[in-house]
Amino acid sequence: MSTTLIAEQLLNGLQFGLMLFLIAAGLTLVFGILDILNVAHGSLYMAGAYVAAQTMQVTDSFLAAVIVAAVVTGAVGLVLELVLIRRLVVRDHLAQVLGTFAIILIANDVVKMIWGPAPMMMSMPPALSGPVQLLPELLYPAYRLLIIAVGLAAALGLYLFVTRTRAGVLVRAGASNRQMATLMGVRVPLLFLGVFVLGAMLAALAGALLGPVTAIQTGMGEQILILVLVCIVIGGIGSIRGAFVGALLVGFVDTAGRAFLPALLKLFFSPAVASSVGPTLAALSIYILMAVVLVFRPSGLFPARG
Amino acid sequence: MRLMRQLLVMAALLPGLAFAQAPIKVGIANDLSGPFAALGAEARDGFNLAIKQLGGKLGGKPAEFLQTDMGGNPDQARQLVNRYIQRDKIDFFTGPIGSNVALAVGPVLFAAKIPYLSNNPGPSQFAGAQCNDYWFGVSYQNDAFHEAAGKVAADRGYKKMVIMAPDYPAGKDALNGFKRGFKNAVGQEIYTKLGQIDYAAELAQLRDAKPDAVYIFLPGGMGINFIKQFVSAGLNQSIKLVGPGFSADEDVIRAVGEPMLGMFNTAQWAHDLDNQQNKKFVEAFRKEYKNRTPSVYAAQAYDVIMAIDAAVKATDGKVSDRAAVLVALKKADFASVRGPFKYGANNFPIQPYYVRVIEKAPDGQITNKLVGKVFESYQDVYVGECKK
Amino acid sequence: MQEATNSSVWRSMAPTLLGLLLLLVFPLVAPALNLEFYVSFVRRVLIFALAATSLNFILGYGGMVALGHAAFFGAGAYVAAILSVQGISQALVAWPAAIAVAGALAFVIGIISLRTRGVYFIMITLAFAQMVFYLFISLRQYGGEDGISLSSPAQFPGLNLADDKTFYYVVLVIVVTCIWWLNRLIQARFGQALQGIRENEARMEALGYPVFRIKLLAFVIAGAMAGLAGALLAQHNQFVSPSLMHWTASANLIIMVIVGGIGLRYGGLVGAAVMLWLEEVLRLYTDYWHLPLGVLLLAIVLFAPRGLAGIWDSVSSRRRANTVKQERV
Repeated sequence: MSTTLIAEQLLNGLQFGLMLFLIAAGLTLVFGILDILNVAHGSLYMAGAYVAAQTMQVTDSFLAAVIVAAVVTGAVGLVLELVLIRRLVVRDHLAQVLGTFAIILIANDVVKMIWGPAPMMMSMPPALSGPVQLLPELLYPAYRLLIIAVGLAAALGLYLFVTRTRAGVLVRAGASNRQMATLMGVRVPLLFLGVFVLGAMLAALAGALLGPVTAIQTGMGEQILILVLVCIVIGGIGSIRGAFVGALLVGFVDTAGRAFLPALLKLFFSPAVASSVGPTLAALSIYILMAVVLVFRPSGLFPARG
Repeated sequence: MRLMRQLLVMAALLPGLAFAQAPIKVGIANDLSGPFAALGAEARDGFNLAIKQLGGKLGGKPAEFLQTDMGGNPDQARQLVNRYIQRDKIDFFTGPIGSNVALAVGPVLFAAKIPYLSNNPGPSQFAGAQCNDYWFGVSYQNDAFHEAAGKVAADRGYKKMVIMAPDYPAGKDALNGFKRGFKNAVGQEIYTKLGQIDYAAELAQLRDAKPDAVYIFLPGGMGINFIKQFVSAGLNQSIKLVGPGFSADEDVIRAVGEPMLGMFNTAQWAHDLDNQQNKKFVEAFRKEYKNRTPSVYAAQAYDVIMAIDAAVKATDGKVSDRAAVLVALKKADFASVRGPFKYGANNFPIQPYYVRVIEKAPDGQITNKLVGKVFESYQDVYVGECKK
Repeated sequence: MQEATNSSVWRSMAPTLLGLLLLLVFPLVAPALNLEFYVSFVRRVLIFALAATSLNFILGYGGMVALGHAAFFGAGAYVAAILSVQGISQALVAWPAAIAVAGALAFVIGIISLRTRGVYFIMITLAFAQMVFYLFISLRQYGGEDGISLSSPAQFPGLNLADDKTFYYVVLVIVVTCIWWLNRLIQARFGQALQGIRENEARMEALGYPVFRIKLLAFVIAGAMAGLAGALLAQHNQFVSPSLMHWTASANLIIMVIVGGIGLRYGGLVGAAVMLWLEEVLRLYTDYWHLPLGVLLLAIVLFAPRGLAGIWDSVSSRRRANTVKQERV
C-alpha cells in the first residue's frame, strides 16, 4: 500500500464527501428552515441532471447546461413550494415524508415519459476529461478536482450567506423562532419560498455536476438520497455545518471501507473470508457509523435547534 | 324449415368454430419500471417487432400476446405469473430480464407445464441441478459471456488482470466464469457494492495495481458510472477495458458515448453478424424504431417470438399437446438472428461466442464491431449436473 | 332506548360481519364465477393486511414512524425459507421460529432506535432495514440477490397447505385472529397507555409509566407479527428474495397504512386491499402506473389524512349523529 495510493484515497474520500454535501446542503437547509423532510429532493437532483444532459446535447456547452438546469429546476421548485410544500409544512413528519414520496413516484414516471427509460448521455467537458498531475506519481481526474472546488465554494458560499448577509440572518431567525420572526416583520412565507428554491437550485447544481460521471436514469435520486439522509442525520438536521461534517465523514468512511477494509481483513483472516466479508462490511460501514453516532448523540453531531 | 336447417348447421359448426378461434396465448412479463427498465424496454421493442412481422399470429394461427409490467420485482412477477396461468391460461411464457425473477417464476411455470423461453437470464441453477424440460434458455447461460471474455483476455496476452463485480451471487459467478476462461491466476478481485455510484476508491486501487487489463461485470447504471469515471481518471490510456456484452451494448453506448471506444466485449451476437436473418432483423428494427441499432436484448426477444412461431407451426397449432410442443421447441428449427444453433441436454444453447470492440463506424456512430470468434461451439459447464 | 343501543351496536358491527362472511364464502363461489385466480390474490391481500396492521399498531396507535418494517417481514419470510431448505418444513416449527426471530430482531433494533426521536427515529429504522437488506444480499448460501425457493410447501398436521383453498382458510383464520387480538390489545390498558404515549410522552413519563418499555414491547409485538406475515408470504410464493426487505417495500407498507386509515382498526386491511388491487388493475392499462399511485397518495395525504377507512368512519359517524339528533327530538 503505497503513500500515493493512500493520498489518492484521501482525496477520493474528500471528493465523495463534497459530492454528497452539495446534495445534502439543500436538503438540510430546507429541513432546518421549513422543518420539512423533503424526500423528493432526490427528484430535484434527478431533474437537474436530466435538464443538464438535455441542454448539453443541444448546446454542447457545460456552463449552459449547469445554468439552465439550475434555472429550470428552481422554477420547478417554485411551483412545488407554492402548490404542495406550503401545505405540508404545517403537518407532521409522516405526512411530509409521504407527500414528498408521492412526488418521487410522479416525478419518476414523468421523467420516463419525457425522456424514456434508457439512461441519458451527458458527456464531460473536453477540457476536464483527463487527469491532472498532482504529485510525481499521482494522476487525479481533473473533473473530480472540479467537484472538490465547487463543493468547497458552495460550502463557503453558504456559510457566508447564512452568517454575513441580511437574508442569511433572516433565514436563521426564521429557523430558530418562526413566530418571533413574523412578529418582527419577517415575511416568513416569502422566506420559505426563497429557501426552498435555493435548495432546489443546489440540488440541480449537484445533478448537473455529477451528470458526466454518473448514470442519468430514473431512480437515480433515490439511490443517492439514502446516502445523503445518512449524512445529514449524522451531522445534525438543519445545520449546514453538520451537513458538511456529516458528508465528509460518510465520504471518508465509505471510501476507506472500500479501499482498505478487504486488505485489512486479509491480515487477520483467510483470503476467502476477507473477500466475502470485506465488501459486505464496507457496504454496511456508513450505516454502522450512523447507528453509533445516534447512540451517543441522538440528535446528530451539530443539531441546529437545541 | 329452412331456418331449422340453418340453425342445425350453425349448431354443428359451433364447436368447430370454438376450437378454431381459441387463440394461442403468450404471457410476457415486461421489465419496464424496475432496475432493468432500460433493458426491458429494449426487449419489449424486440418482442413487438416480431409480433408485428408475424401479423399477431403464431404459426399462421390466431394468437394473443399479453404484456404486463412487473417492475423487476420477484414477488410481483410471481403474482403476475399466477394470473397468467390461472386466469388467462397462457400457453407460453417469456419476458423477465433478471435472473432473480426467472428463478422465482420458473418453478411455477414448470409445474403448470408451460414452456418458459428465456429472452435473457440463464441462471446456472436451471442449467444444472434444477434443469427442467419446460425451460428453454434460448439466449445464453449466464457464465458464457464471462468465460469467453476470460479466453479473450488470455488470447490477447494480458498477463496481469484485475477483475471487478458487485458483491452478489451473479457477480461472484461472473468472476468465477472469467477465471475459468482465463485459466491463469488473476491479479486482484474487487467486489463493489450493489448499486454503487462512485468508484473512485476502486479506480485508485486499479491505478496502484497497474494491470494489463481490467474486466468488469457491472450491469446497468453501475457500468455506466464506472466507465465514465474510469476514462475521466485517464486509466484507459494504460489499462485495457474488457467486459461481457451486456455491459457494452447499445444502451450503455448511448449513455456513455466516446469514453467507451476501444472496449472489448463478448457476446453470442453482434448487430453486424453476417447472416440473412440478422441483416433483415437489424434493417427492420432500424426502420421501425427511428434508426436505432438493436441491442442484444432486442435480438434475444425477437428470437424468442420466432422460436415460438416455429414450434407452433411444427405442431400445427395444437399447443395443448405439450409433449409435442416441447419436442418442436427443442429442435430449435427456426432462423435465429445469431445463426443456427442447437440445444444441449439442459436446454441451453451450444453456440459460437464472438468478441466485439467498440469503434466509431464510418458514419460517425459509435457502436460494436465484430472482431472475431472466441468459441466455436461453447457449452456451459453445468450440463453435467443436469439429471433429468 | 335499550333497543336503540342494541341495534346501533349491530349496525356498527354489520360491515365487519359482512366482510368476514364474504371472505369466508369467496373461495367456494370463485370457481363458479371463473375467479379462481383471485383466491390466491385475496390470500396475498390478507397476508399484506397482516403486515400493514402490525405496522399500524406502532405507527397509528404508538406514533412511531418506523420506516424499516419490511425488515421484519423479510426476516420472517427468510426464516421459513431457510428452514425449508434445511429440510424442516413443519409449519408449526417454521412459523413460530419466524415470529421469534423477527421479534428478536425488533428487540435489537428497537432498543437502539427508540432512544431517538422524530425524524431521527425514521432515519435510524431505515438504516437498520438497509443493513439487513445488504446482509441478506451478500449471503451466498441463501441465494443472495437471486433469492431462494422453498423446498416444499409447509406441512401442517391434518391439512394440506399445498391446496390453494385450504391455505387460504388457514391464512384467513390466522389474520382474523391476529387483527382481533391486536384490537383487544389496543382497548386494554397496554393499548391505552401506548396511545397516551403517542399523545404526550412527557406527561406519561411524569405519570410514572415505563414509557420506553411500553414502546419497545409494542415494537417487538409489531415486528413479530410482521415476521409471521412474512412466513405466510414465503409459503404463498414458495419463494423469498431480498427485495422483500428493500426500503421501498417498507414505504409500500406505510402507504398501505396511510391509504387505509392510520390509527383506525381496519386501516391495514383496507389499505392493503386497495393498494394491491390498484397495482394489479393499473398495470393492465398503462406502463406508467406509478403516476396514478403517486397522485392517489398525495390526495390522501392532503385531503383525507385519516385514509379511506377514515372517510367511512366520518360518514357513518355523521349518520349516527343524525339518528341521535332525531331520537332526541
